[in-house]
Amino acid sequence: MVRIVVDGREIFVDEGKSLLQGCLDHGIFIPNLCYLEDMEDPPGSCRMCFVEIEGMNQPVVSCKVEPKPDMVVNTSSSELLRLQRTSLRLLLSNHEAKCKACPSNRRCILQELVKRFGVRIRPRRYDHIDREVAEDIEHPLLQIVHSRCILCGKCVHVCQRQYGSPILTYARRGIDTIITAFGDVEAMYALCETCLACVEVCPVSALLLREPSGAIEIPADGSPEATIPCGGATP
Amino acid sequence: MKLAGVDEAIVRHRQLVDRARRRRAEMEHRELPRIEIGMATCGLAAGAGATKEAFEEACAVNGLHFSINPVGCLGHCYAEPLVVIHNPGFPPICYHNVTPGKAKALVKAFLQEGDPLYEFVLGAMEENDLIPAVTDFPRFHLEKRVVMERCGVINPEAIDEYLAGGGYSGLLKAIQVSPDAVIEEIIQSGLRGRGGAGFPTGRKWRLARDAGGSHKFIICNADEGDPGAYMDRTLLESNPHQLLEGMVIAAYAIGADRGIVYVRAEYPLAVERMRTAIRQAVEYGLLGKGILGTDLDFECTLFEGSGAFVCGEETALIESLEGKRGMPRHRPPYPVQKGFRSLPTVINNVKTLSSIPHILKHGARWYSGIGSPASPGTAIFSVVGKVVHPGLVEIAMGTTLRTLIFDICGGVPNHRRFKAVQIGGPSGGCLPESFLDTPIDFDSLTKAGAMMGSGGIVVMDEDDCIVDVTRYFLDFTQKESCGKCTFCRIGTLHLLNGLHRMTRGEGRDTDMEMLRTLSEEIKEGSLCGLGKTAPNPVLTTLKYFPEEYEAHVAEKRCPSMRCRALTAFYIDLDLCARGCDACVGSCPVEAIFTTVSRKKAIDQAKCVKCGECVSACPPEYNAVLKVSPPQLAPVVERPKEE
Repeated sequence: MVRIVVDGREIFVDEGKSLLQGCLDHGIFIPNLCYLEDMEDPPGSCRMCFVEIEGMNQPVVSCKVEPKPDMVVNTSSSELLRLQRTSLRLLLSNHEAKCKACPSNRRCILQELVKRFGVRIRPRRYDHIDREVAEDIEHPLLQIVHSRCILCGKCVHVCQRQYGSPILTYARRGIDTIITAFGDVEAMYALCETCLACVEVCPVSALLLREPSGAIEIPADGSPEATIPCGGATP
Repeated sequence: MKLAGVDEAIVRHRQLVDRARRRRAEMEHRELPRIEIGMATCGLAAGAGATKEAFEEACAVNGLHFSINPVGCLGHCYAEPLVVIHNPGFPPICYHNVTPGKAKALVKAFLQEGDPLYEFVLGAMEENDLIPAVTDFPRFHLEKRVVMERCGVINPEAIDEYLAGGGYSGLLKAIQVSPDAVIEEIIQSGLRGRGGAGFPTGRKWRLARDAGGSHKFIICNADEGDPGAYMDRTLLESNPHQLLEGMVIAAYAIGADRGIVYVRAEYPLAVERMRTAIRQAVEYGLLGKGILGTDLDFECTLFEGSGAFVCGEETALIESLEGKRGMPRHRPPYPVQKGFRSLPTVINNVKTLSSIPHILKHGARWYSGIGSPASPGTAIFSVVGKVVHPGLVEIAMGTTLRTLIFDICGGVPNHRRFKAVQIGGPSGGCLPESFLDTPIDFDSLTKAGAMMGSGGIVVMDEDDCIVDVTRYFLDFTQKESCGKCTFCRIGTLHLLNGLHRMTRGEGRDTDMEMLRTLSEEIKEGSLCGLGKTAPNPVLTTLKYFPEEYEAHVAEKRCPSMRCRALTAFYIDLDLCARGCDACVGSCPVEAIFTTVSRKKAIDQAKCVKCGECVSACPPEYNAVLKVSPPQLAPVVERPKEE
């Protein structure tokens, strides 16, 4: 156990856990989008979990910090709030907020953060950037709504955890980066059918099951009705 | 701890050098004319291949015996293809811009008749009484060549030429002392990483040496991707063994047993020459198992990068080497702790590693005597843009920008005024005239808001629009962002869109403030070096050229008349000559018509602002003028057709 001080409160966190997890364990909320508890090496890509640590001249992402004895941490300065708000606004400017039509409505992490940080779901400061992705993901069971995806990478992580070399992966670069599936269709069908952890982990309902009625390529021996879990878009 | 077999190594190295020198002496002894042609990528692009063929053909026709030696690049891009002719009885003479026609003339006049054709001469390569030496020119004598000393002088595909000039003697010196002493020597020399950030190389090696583990890696980062920067390519193409020697020394110092040269695949010639060099070094026992008979093992391979700028970032480079998508990781852990395959890894730039043999050969004291105290040594820059003599320049650190741009590279051509200089490529900053006396070293440049970067320098004159140039650099980084973190992926696009709006005349009042605050936040919030430095061009130009931004946003005016949407061409009816129609034919869209006074005018609705009419208008009239904002162009009615 390591003793650290967070926002003036003394807490003891497990060694080997990240500062973010340590705080979350003690009910101290630090916003995060790309972090999962079982991650050995969190990607640190959402840039939300910033904290200030005494002795460091810049805010750091807490998911990549190992708690050191007597570390003094601040999670809510105006400087941090500014960075986190910008990060959230940037994400929202590239996220199609048609909440009513979204299965994640009312249990969406973005909605929660919007409320907490007092920003608009359609930020006025930045123009909206459409994510125009023409082609569909080549996966027999999954479909991706790219305009909802916030590229948190949780799906890639759980897929990697499951199979070593993941079926879901990033493609392209810059603003055109997307999540896509890569590999042999039949192999994907066999592997993914029993897993679908990615659909479960997606925080914004961007990864969905294909509608059974949709044109799906099904291996000769399988029948779509029997193999695809029914109906609902999110588990 | 001393390496076993060092005495054996000294003998073997002596034998290699002696044999190489014997071979060279034999060649020089034959009294035949020798023609050296610069055959690096830049030379080949300028037509060195055709020049070489022309020399061969002309000599065959005239029945002359001679030898052609393809060498690397001297760094004088403005003069390519460069040829040095060693004609017995003359000093070696350097000729510039040697076209096939000039080559044929040289064979006939110089090699056959003994007339050196003074009109084509750039200078003699050594002092003599006959022809002024190149060292009389500031482009040559103000430079301080250490790393580039042998570039363009030796044949990069012949290891003997490198050995004959004392090659691999730095390695020999290194293995005679302990690895710790080598690291100490590098620390003493003050060498700082030439990849851009300037981390002390010796300290990096010390960290790697102290990191535990049985296997360690040394990686050479040759994934040079900045627009307008090409010094790493030249070093690989012109003197690959210098780099290999540096890598072997580094391997000995940190205890690495494997090395990888990460070269971008867009450098096919560099890849080929590096492969040749590795093969030759293995043949000569300078790489591989038991180097020079000692028990030092070091295997070196080459890896071709796959075309992403971000892979020059060290953690992304490692991901790419491991066969994954080139996305940066969070640091710490640093690669020296946990790098390639989670083993301690030192990643050094080509220029850093190429400096190592010289430091070992001449000593730390000699190296730290060059340049400024906090940034010792030399720096190589590729100076491009609006300068008279663009090319690669190696200067001592601490030289001012003014000396580099105006004295060495000849200043701005065509009597235009200097406006700004972009240092460090897309991650660097843009400095105005008032910073010309800034010494070039890591700390001064960082203080000014620019950075050393990999060493690309782009000079801009009064015709370049600062907003447009900033947009260009941002467009590059935005496209090359890997898409991992929010600030870089989305933030840079908002910056770019803001700049786009300005250059199109759609800038909003809030845009300058948006650029400033968002830039600061991207700098603070991004994950890797690419994102952290991407806003630098925006921040520096906003700081030093606010008036240009204001003109674009508030007045919809481009002071340099570069942004097409903000400019217009018109024909001054007082200057235009009656009856002349030189401009009419040049217009691709038939926007030019004849007025009632039988002069010409431009239909603004049709004009695409290509500027062809400006070049077509005879210089004695110069009647086509450019204005900004476009509303200032006088409106001339097109006469009604009858």
